[in-house]
Amino acid sequence: MGTPLAASPDNGAPTGACAALIPTLEGICGADHVISEPRELKTYECDGLTAHRTAPALVVLPEEAEQVAAIVRACAEAGVPFVARGSGTGLSGGALPRSDGVLIVTSRMRRVLEVDPRSRRAIVEPGVTNLAVSKAVEPYGFFYAPDPSSQVVCSVGGNVAENSGGAHCLKHGFTVHHVTGLEIVTPDGELTWLGDGTGVSPGYDLLGAFTGSEGTLGIVTKVVVKLTPLPEMVRTLLAAFESTSQGGTAVSGIIGAGIVPAAIEMMDALAIEAAEAAVHCNYPAGAGAVLVVELDGPASEVEAEAAAVRERCEQAGAGEIRSADDPADRARIWAGRKSAFAAVGRISPAYIVQDGVVPRTALSGILGRIAELSSAREGVRVANVFHAGDGNLHPLVLFDDRIEGAGEAAEEVSGAILDLCIEAGGSITGEHGVGVDKAKYMPKMFGPTDLDTMQFLRCAFNPRNLCNPGKVFPTPRLCGEVPGVRHGPPPAVAAGELEQF
Amino acid sequence: MTAAGAEAIAVALAGTGAEVRPAEPSDVVGGVLPSCVASPATVDQAAGVMAAAAGLDLAVVPRGSGDTISWGWPPARCDVVADLSGMDQVLEYAAGDLVVKVQAGVRLGQLAEILAEKGQRLALDGPPGVTVGGAVARNAAGPLRLRYGLPRDLLIGITIVRPDGALAHAGGKVVKNVAGYDLGKLFAGSQGTLGLIVETTFRLHPLPDLSAYVIEEYRESAAAAEAVLAAAASPLQPSAVELERARVGGPIRVATLLEGTPSGVSARAERMRTLLGRSAETMMAAPDWWGRTGEASPSGMTTVVAGGTLVRVAFWAAELRPVLDAIDTVAGEAGVAVSVGGSAGAGVLYALLAAGQDPGQVAVFVRALRAATGHAAGPDGGGLARGSVVVLTAPAAVLEAADPWGPVPSLGLMRAVKQQFDPGHLMSPGRGPGGI
Repeated sequence: MGTPLAASPDNGAPTGACAALIPTLEGICGADHVISEPRELKTYECDGLTAHRTAPALVVLPEEAEQVAAIVRACAEAGVPFVARGSGTGLSGGALPRSDGVLIVTSRMRRVLEVDPRSRRAIVEPGVTNLAVSKAVEPYGFFYAPDPSSQVVCSVGGNVAENSGGAHCLKHGFTVHHVTGLEIVTPDGELTWLGDGTGVSPGYDLLGAFTGSEGTLGIVTKVVVKLTPLPEMVRTLLAAFESTSQGGTAVSGIIGAGIVPAAIEMMDALAIEAAEAAVHCNYPAGAGAVLVVELDGPASEVEAEAAAVRERCEQAGAGEIRSADDPADRARIWAGRKSAFAAVGRISPAYIVQDGVVPRTALSGILGRIAELSSAREGVRVANVFHAGDGNLHPLVLFDDRIEGAGEAAEEVSGAILDLCIEAGGSITGEHGVGVDKAKYMPKMFGPTDLDTMQFLRCAFNPRNLCNPGKVFPTPRLCGEVPGVRHGPPPAVAAGELEQF
Repeated sequence: MTAAGAEAIAVALAGTGAEVRPAEPSDVVGGVLPSCVASPATVDQAAGVMAAAAGLDLAVVPRGSGDTISWGWPPARCDVVADLSGMDQVLEYAAGDLVVKVQAGVRLGQLAEILAEKGQRLALDGPPGVTVGGAVARNAAGPLRLRYGLPRDLLIGITIVRPDGALAHAGGKVVKNVAGYDLGKLFAGSQGTLGLIVETTFRLHPLPDLSAYVIEEYRESAAAAEAVLAAAASPLQPSAVELERARVGGPIRVATLLEGTPSGVSARAERMRTLLGRSAETMMAAPDWWGRTGEASPSGMTTVVAGGTLVRVAFWAAELRPVLDAIDTVAGEAGVAVSVGGSAGAGVLYALLAAGQDPGQVAVFVRALRAATGHAAGPDGGGLARGSVVVLTAPAAVLEAADPWGPVPSLGLMRAVKQQFDPGHLMSPGRGPGGI
């Protein structure tokens, strides 16, 4: 069906190929689960990054994997682009809809299908929230380790797309380390499994390559996750320092002592001020930096490591050190850190959250350069919150959007911070993803051949580029001859040089 | 069959600056004698070799230590062996960042020594002579996999030479990084079929202050399996839970590795002993069978396999007892002698069938084990396979009688990936599943 694609008219109602799809999609999911009313579509115009907005032509809410496959087949046949969306908490516009396309929302696919505590595995649907997985397996003594800060609402399917981490990924790793099987719908509408749940599936590690591909290689419909035994003890320490550089010295000392804490977080004075204003977290007064270190594991190890961490913090000049074991006390320590992003709203009318990474040992130098950047810009301040253990910075660039030009200045500072990260040998994103927001920075981090080679993978899965187009890569590569699934024996077999069994 | 004469090949490749020599009998790859061996010393030379080979339509097989070069299906063609063992430079070691970037020819043993000076390690088992490139290309792991995963889990950056000679990078040198597709995952385990791995960057871990092994022996597979599952699910955080049974029907030994601070490890070992059984013992050194039967054996794969057959059985851990019993039963029916070992806690066992057994019966064992464990055909309707039985290496006669790969999920997508990266089918052709 070579129906020409038409953008939505001004009233937002779908036209052309998308309008023609409505009866088919209603047949698949039921009329209640296909949205074409412009006002309702507007709900889906952005994810957690509100700077990018586009209402989709249609929204469809399937409940079963087979329905997702049928929807994708219908889109592929009509040549209509489609984008998958979980809970819409992404921070890079990875689930930004297409005005000429279908948005496939997985929020109704939220069953925990199987918990196998003896194998330490669970199978869940993509719309299940991250925290719901941990809740479902807690009675068996397990948890699901990746814990992005949005874990109460974010979906496991979205976590797979973004390869989400979280505060505790320093020790426990990312989503890709905890997913051992994925049922996906390929961009031509076929259901298939990547991996077999064991973690050592034969052949190419398509599961690993798919995880973190930001929805550009297909749509996840089932996820096999690894379950981690609940730690026997969790201890959270809070240490206050005069400066971030003292805090940095403590972090180096901890890492140098051979300790891998579950998390090491740092906040600078401005971030502390904001958190204090928002949640009265009662961090030590006048601190130039606070460090939150969390240790988990067997009680005997946590005790030994906590003593070493305390010693390193004292050596680095820590003023006050607090320590907590029970969940309520630990939550009080975390409150300030967890509120930081929202809290800056109290001290600034507008802000940009950045996500860059530098080698951990380059942190102090980078913080100095960030301070120079913001002081050179009238009306722009930067509050720093970061995962200090792995060099993942979340500078919050604060500005007053009522002042003309302030937004542009903040954008410039934000972009310059990424340049610093690249210069230091780091990355333009540690956990938020590239999406639409950072596609333009990709050529700064990777050469044209690198990007071209990555797109070999995209071309193998998604040669027509209908599946979440416009994300990750600044320039889509033409895939040439559509390879698809080859039929017949491989050339070597056909030539009689190799027997096939 | 080569596309160009040996002389022309040598001339074209020598122009790249890489050392080139005619192949000798010891350079044979799975029975196929290449025309020559090219040994690049730099990334640029490696790229030159690949470009020149592509220009002449030559098939290339990468080689590291060469220890496992002949494992699996022989290549359909092999004109050039690209020997990366000379690319053995540690490029960047940032101890404070727990990151190291090395050329692919660096050996695990050589790297371990350098890292140990700073109290660190690459948490990867393997014979000291194996190259990091080889370890990544095979994605081979040993006991530490339970806690630290496979090479793909430790790899954070990669430089590859594509079959057309172009150099490409993915990942980087920071652990936390989600920019772009993670081609490292794709190349880990690609077994030389997608391109040449020339540089790798890994995340490192601190060397533990103390390691202790808690060991127990069981007569019944049921008791052994319960002990393994309990240890792996315990909050005692074992780094490895291994099992070995030297002969069918023989006693089953289980050992767990605990790593950490001296006081922490002593306390954990005491509790692990209670978990494993009354006569469990704690040792400060690994038992002699530790990691021996597997694909990352400390004693080197040539020694371990010695002309025999090595089969990897992967399963969901709860299936441990049925898998152990199936190996016993099937070996008895096929009339073959089998020793079993591996990372039982992580759901991976290896069956080793010593050399000299009837290849037909060994093939019967493989096929019957697939049937007994439910992996003879793909699951109904393309469902979740939940395991596999893969022949890693075997005498040619066995490979002719039993597909070493067995059913592989998503083979169509794998073919599409191969087609994109290597449209000319020049990289280790025919060695992957389905003849990829």
